[in-house]
Amino acid sequence: MDPLEAIKATFFQECEELLADLETGLLAMEGGDSDPETVNAVFRAVHSVKGGAGAFGLEGLVRFAHVFETTLDGVRNGSLDPEPGLVAVMLRAADRLADHVSAAKAGTALAEAGDEPLVAALQTFCGEAASAGHDEAEPDFDFAPMAVSLGGDESSFTPMPVSDLGVLDVAEPVAAPAADGGWIIEFRPHPNLYRNANDALYLIRELARLGPVEAVLHDEAVPNLDAFDPAASYLGWTLLLDAAVSEDQVRGVFEFVDGDCDLTLRAVGSLSRPEETDAADEERAEAVAPVGEIAAEAPSEADPAILGADPSMPSLESLLAMAHGLAEETAPAGSGDAEVSDGEAGHDAPPSAPIPTSATVARAEPRERSAPGAASAAAPPFPAGGEALVQTTIRVDLERVDRLIDLVGELVINQAMLAQQVHEAGIVRSGNIALGLDDLEQLTREIQDSVMAIRAQPVKSVFQRMPRLVREVAGMTGKVVRLVTEGEATEVDKTVIERLSDPLTHMIRNAIDHGLEGPDAREAAGKPREGVIRLSAQHRSGRIVIEVADDGRGIDRARVKAIAVERGLIEADATLTDEEVDNLIFAPGFSTASEVSDISGRGVGMDVVKRSIQALGGRITITSVPGAGSTFSLSLPLTLAVLDGMVVTVGAQTLVVPITVIVETLRPKAADIRGLGPQGAVLAVRGSHVPLIDVGEALGFAPDPEGGAGVTLLVESELGGLAALRVDAILGQRQVVIKSLEQNYDQVLGIGAATILGDGRVALILDVDAVIALRRQTSARPLPLAQAS
Amino acid sequence: MTKVILTVDDSRTMRDMLRLALTDAAFEVVQAVDGVHGLEVLSQTEPDVIITDINMPNMDGFGFIEAVRRDDARRATPILVLTTESDAEKKQRARAAGATGWIVKPFDPVKLVDAVRRVAA
Repeated sequence: MDPLEAIKATFFQECEELLADLETGLLAMEGGDSDPETVNAVFRAVHSVKGGAGAFGLEGLVRFAHVFETTLDGVRNGSLDPEPGLVAVMLRAADRLADHVSAAKAGTALAEAGDEPLVAALQTFCGEAASAGHDEAEPDFDFAPMAVSLGGDESSFTPMPVSDLGVLDVAEPVAAPAADGGWIIEFRPHPNLYRNANDALYLIRELARLGPVEAVLHDEAVPNLDAFDPAASYLGWTLLLDAAVSEDQVRGVFEFVDGDCDLTLRAVGSLSRPEETDAADEERAEAVAPVGEIAAEAPSEADPAILGADPSMPSLESLLAMAHGLAEETAPAGSGDAEVSDGEAGHDAPPSAPIPTSATVARAEPRERSAPGAASAAAPPFPAGGEALVQTTIRVDLERVDRLIDLVGELVINQAMLAQQVHEAGIVRSGNIALGLDDLEQLTREIQDSVMAIRAQPVKSVFQRMPRLVREVAGMTGKVVRLVTEGEATEVDKTVIERLSDPLTHMIRNAIDHGLEGPDAREAAGKPREGVIRLSAQHRSGRIVIEVADDGRGIDRARVKAIAVERGLIEADATLTDEEVDNLIFAPGFSTASEVSDISGRGVGMDVVKRSIQALGGRITITSVPGAGSTFSLSLPLTLAVLDGMVVTVGAQTLVVPITVIVETLRPKAADIRGLGPQGAVLAVRGSHVPLIDVGEALGFAPDPEGGAGVTLLVESELGGLAALRVDAILGQRQVVIKSLEQNYDQVLGIGAATILGDGRVALILDVDAVIALRRQTSARPLPLAQAS
Repeated sequence: MTKVILTVDDSRTMRDMLRLALTDAAFEVVQAVDGVHGLEVLSQTEPDVIITDINMPNMDGFGFIEAVRRDDARRATPILVLTTESDAEKKQRARAAGATGWIVKPFDPVKLVDAVRRVAA
């Protein structure tokens, strides 16, 4: 993949996290959290989204993020009060920002017009604060509200030298045309230049990239050693840049040290003089005017006597001459420094030019190094710093993890086969081989658990999408809703998480739309106006249980029953327990709303929710207390790759029944079994009767004449009710690796998946609910509910 | 001798972009996710140049720069800050904290490498 595309993918991934942080932070602020770190985190989230978006030229996103960021900056610096009204607007802005990100991810962009209401709302708050707190407003605050319209421009950076420090802008800021004859630059670093790790040498080197540079060192200020202050700056330079470049270009070189040095520029050959020119400057300006002349004269004997012209401030030409003399001394030894002058620039000079630029700069270097504050250039070599970064996480392609899981699955099977073969070979259990096999089994199991853990992720990623949903649905229904989430860190398989999103979304919509009353009705019922939706996750006996609870009116059983009768789901005179009535809402086509509302309507009923949960190997149950609310409870396997199963035989087949559905196993007496209709039967279990289903019969296996009464497994059916499954024998209990039957063969009614047993045989995994449903369909009983999913 | 650049940024996207641009320019890149982490990394690494973001959790860029400068062994290490806008005030603050120069985001790789070259030996 193109590395930039990969980074873009990372960006969108990071956006998800940032948007989640943003929402979490804003919700905390909504709840009264005034910790500056919360505000900072919120600001950073928007800031980072904007930063990344800018890098990829996502203009719409940058523009909106910028407005949002400006508002947050106001909150951060205390000029804006995060009152509830503002936080509400910011929450909506966060949603809009998420929409922008999604659009950008899809390669489109949202219309700017859509931003306007929010932009206006955000700016209203900013505007108020700006006028209210105008007195103490920081200088940069004034531009903040305006910056909005500049958003687009900001993304393109032009390296203009800043001229925010008037002191140093000696030269008039008039448009500076390129000086044909080059520039004379007086450069004297302040101590602070070195303190910030800038280096005069690098600046001169940078200047030399513009053209040949001749440098004259002013080292008169260097004191004797006893008076030497290591942190002071004693050196200055007069630099002659022989290049037709603009003043901006020259100042650009000194951009980083603007304010940390004295810098004056003078165009050579230009008649215009800076205002602050002093006498000495004038003299030099005149002296250097004919640059070519200096060059020609310089090689002549450098006579120290010339220095006498002005003892305090030697003329440039004499200095140049002296520098040349020194250069000749140092050049042979210091030839390695040629790189400093950027050879190209040096060679551009006419061959007759007698002053080797490289040497003059080289001259500058050793002295400059003696200035103690200055950074010594060469950092000592050091061992590779790679290991210095202790990465706590790595990102791995999901395919690799899945391949590993597959392989470990094979390993588990292989290990089981080996164990069985050893056992069949009659090797004593206490022998070394058997013990070694036990260890192997233990290790295999641990490897398997560890590998599964790689796929496990906290449910947070799904939970964090819900606050927005709650806001939207609450807004549409006019209800006041607070969402409380618990157990966000609970981990479950990634696939389970991915497929949880839709059912949960629907359940929460349903809970707000149907479960909660409007604020007035709540008040009338003596409840707080604000309804509470509680979303929680926890691990319970090897499964994850997710609950969606509301404190609304609870299920109106009379009405549910009436509707069910009306829709022909139940007989008018059917006697149903409360539990059975509650479960009617999962029946296909059932909807308790008299009119299908926009929110939970959408053609999806709770039956679809139920089916998707079941497809994940999960169960959904409901408990409801009239007037106090309802709780939907999802119980899901932690992983879709392995299953704890009971291995049973039915006829000539070996089947696996998921252990989670089995309540108990029993060997019924013949007297406990009673016929019901032509085919049906019930089993008396401790005073109550549960439907008895012969698994072999239900699946269409040839009956086993020697099957006898067999064993029954008391299982919990999809509706929470019990059923008894008759099988021939129980072989044992073990963890099996789930292999998809649909992918490898075809879908088979009543069978959920397949596995490979230790003896290498394929065993089918029973889909208990489907078997019960199958039985119901074929039985003569009136159908109370549901059909096969 | 390959130059080593330490980048400190809480944004994974930005870290990846910095790494890409800098490794393309044949620098060796070491990374940290915030100021505190940056100081940890510095205790084991001697970068030639440090590039740091300003807005970061735990310890922001200003705090990080000040901490680096307090260390005698690091006071001559060039530090470039990443700023989102050409905000004079922020640059001033960064410089007051001891920053050597700055890079304006969004940066293009050429300008980034250029800025590193300007401050590095």
